[in-house]
Amino acid sequence: MKYPLKVNGQQLEADVDADTPLLWVLRDTLKLKGTKFGCGMAQCGACTVHLDGEPVRSCVTPISRVGDKAITTIEGIGTDAIGAKLQQAWKILDVPQCGYCQAGQIMQAVSLLRQFPKPTEQQIGDGMKRNFCRCAAYHRIKQAIQHAAEQEA
Amino acid sequence: MQIANPQRRRFLQASAALGGGFLLSLYLPPWRQANAAETDDMAHLSAHIRIHSSGMIEIMSVIPEIGQSIKTSLTMVIADELDADWANVIVETAPLDSATYGRQSAGGSRSIPSHFDQHRRIGAAAKQMLIAAAAQQWQVPASECRASNSRVLHQASGRSKTYGELAAAAAKLDAPTLDKVTLKKPSEFTLIGKFTTGVDNDAIVTGQPLFGIDVDLPDMLYAVFHKCQVFGGKVRRSNVAQIAKLPGVRHAFVVDGVDDFQGISSGIAIVADSWWQAEKARRQLEVEWDEGWAKQQNSPSFDQQAEQLWQQPPAATLSREGDVTQGFSECSKVIEAEYRYPFIAHGQLEPNNCTAVWQQHKLTMWVPSQAPDRGRRQVADALNINEDDITVHVTRMGGGFGRRLFNDYMVEAAWIAKQAQAPVKLLWNRQDDFQHDYYRPGGYHKFKAGLDANGQLHAFSDHFVSFGHNGRPLLAASMHASEFPIGFVPHLQYGSSLIAAQIPTGWLRAPTSNAMGFVFQCMLDEVAHAAGQDPLAFQLALLRRSDAKPANGFAPQRMAAVLERVGQLSGWGKTLPKGQGKGIACYYSHAGYFAEVVHASVDAKGAISIEKVWAVGDVGQFIVNPSGAQHQVQGSILEGLSQALYQKVEIDGGAQVSNYHQHKLLTMDAVPPVEVEFLPSDNPTTGLGEPALPPVIPALCNALFVATGKRVRQLPIKPEMFA
Repeated sequence: MKYPLKVNGQQLEADVDADTPLLWVLRDTLKLKGTKFGCGMAQCGACTVHLDGEPVRSCVTPISRVGDKAITTIEGIGTDAIGAKLQQAWKILDVPQCGYCQAGQIMQAVSLLRQFPKPTEQQIGDGMKRNFCRCAAYHRIKQAIQHAAEQEA
Repeated sequence: MQIANPQRRRFLQASAALGGGFLLSLYLPPWRQANAAETDDMAHLSAHIRIHSSGMIEIMSVIPEIGQSIKTSLTMVIADELDADWANVIVETAPLDSATYGRQSAGGSRSIPSHFDQHRRIGAAAKQMLIAAAAQQWQVPASECRASNSRVLHQASGRSKTYGELAAAAAKLDAPTLDKVTLKKPSEFTLIGKFTTGVDNDAIVTGQPLFGIDVDLPDMLYAVFHKCQVFGGKVRRSNVAQIAKLPGVRHAFVVDGVDDFQGISSGIAIVADSWWQAEKARRQLEVEWDEGWAKQQNSPSFDQQAEQLWQQPPAATLSREGDVTQGFSECSKVIEAEYRYPFIAHGQLEPNNCTAVWQQHKLTMWVPSQAPDRGRRQVADALNINEDDITVHVTRMGGGFGRRLFNDYMVEAAWIAKQAQAPVKLLWNRQDDFQHDYYRPGGYHKFKAGLDANGQLHAFSDHFVSFGHNGRPLLAASMHASEFPIGFVPHLQYGSSLIAAQIPTGWLRAPTSNAMGFVFQCMLDEVAHAAGQDPLAFQLALLRRSDAKPANGFAPQRMAAVLERVGQLSGWGKTLPKGQGKGIACYYSHAGYFAEVVHASVDAKGAISIEKVWAVGDVGQFIVNPSGAQHQVQGSILEGLSQALYQKVEIDGGAQVSNYHQHKLLTMDAVPPVEVEFLPSDNPTTGLGEPALPPVIPALCNALFVATGKRVRQLPIKPEMFA
């Protein structure tokens, strides 16, 4: 079935089964490889993307439920002021170890900073606890969020 | 990990690159002779350094990147000695060519110790040649020239040339002998020791394809491979013919498999137009398995067998010093304790995958592998083809932790691609990953320790019950005969017995040490308390015994130094409120010395909070990249805490774990501050991927004892024991 999709501001189309998770449409049909597969059960957060600005786990979001919502992925988040600040902070503070979870971390952090522009430690803990980092680069992730929060947009 | 002959001497060779550039590579003469017909292309491919006439400098990263930051750290080493401007360095991943590059696997914290000195020399040699080329052009002695920021300068005349301008001339010079080049003084380092950010960071934060799972080829098909949940089970009957007719499915077939956890397993391959179609088709599989011997094994029966084996003397003696029987009879106090730890999984976040193309009896593969050389051998064996017919591209990988030292998924991808006669990407799902791991083996230790009238450790024994097959320990299920406190106790005996099991086991970050650190350092803490001594003072006194006979390169003064320092840093000895405690532990592994303190608290309901962790390490003379170094220590510590608090793989035929909810990771809300300090010492620089992990688990358990008076002797920790 054909699904028109708005991805990172571009109008695209995917011809896939209705139950295909958005993750696989992004990765394998649209060739946007930044969104990652980790657990397939909305546990780890590696596949986090935004639908109309809200974070969702794309591994459990069937394409049929996306509708006309605007999809934003790690490839497109740099055009968002908060997204750009976070990407910059991630680089300066050298957040990644293996780097595999970081697309999901950044997408989650964008929504955290939208909700809490100057988050407390506890807000960072609660907001980010569903994004696993197997390398446990958590200290740097936290520092980068705090660093980005201090920067002017 | 084995290397054929680390002493095989390599020679430097310079050559010209296209467009007037400069290439510098190492080579092994016999390999060169055997390939005398190789053209400049080969030299080009295998160069360590390429300097383009534009000034761009390419440096090869020779070790697979798994998150240990080696792609940045080792290339920094070349760039520093080369005096390259880091801003115009581009890091490329080296082809798999260990004749040129030496060891190309990521494991054992060995990358820095095996390449650090050589990489310095390669960088220094290139710089020497660029200086020589400039001196020749200016007709001045080379000793009057120096290099800085990708330029050679002649101060007296004020002349300078960029490396790009000198590249073509340098390529015509003879390369120096590797061990004759002059290295920088540490005070002259420009990069080594400086916080340097990862060379792939830009690509990571913008989601560019980097990882094995991101590989994409024209007309590529996608595969899943379904195996029996019971280890070693074989397909007896299935509905594979119906599966082959499902939408999008191009091939579905049974693989018979072999009786070897390193070879191809029995299973069913499904190859489809998309991974989702293959995965969906898999859900309709109906398979009757021949589950074999492994069906009868399970964790409760392992526990019972360990108890029974403990009633008998150990089946084998691992080490013996003095006479323990007599030693114990001379003791005024004897402490006995039993320790247990479970099988655990790696759970690296990027599921196993590999992309393979089979064309005219040759394979091309893209693989996230920590040991791609060995993977290539395994593929050659399984498919009965020549290694020379397999080209391997190593990708960045989403975590390793030792899992990708095993190449089962590489063999599967090769097998499926050959059968499908098409480019195929094999991708496991998370359940495959947890149920077909090479697990950290569980184990059981029955300790006995005796103190003499002065409160000194006088006798010590351990009966280690582990797992084996055909009378031999499973991989990573054995114990070093030199485990501390050997050499520091007059009477000591270690023995072992084996429980028969058929479980794929293997190396997990700090293999064996991740478990031995727990049991030995907790037991020594028990002994310290029984002796009425402060655990830090007790360990220091033990390390400083005048009659000590340290084994296996262990330097007690280095351990004593990190212990003392972590004591100072953590405010050791200060009284804490009720329900709180600090624990200390140290461990020597992978040539690194680490001592750690954990501050933990336990509330009335038994809930554990970790307030802070302090770590002090001695890994020799240099910390190459402080950013990566801090990452490795903090990551190792948090990983150790995840193991201690949450992780266990229950065995019932196979592994009873399907996803992270059953094998949890520490999450952002529970992460304590981790303060890290390095004590540089005048010793060779060694690796940091592993040695910080082992001490944190016993340090936590020892802290919980202080907080509650209760001993943790089994992992993972059950909070209800404190309620």
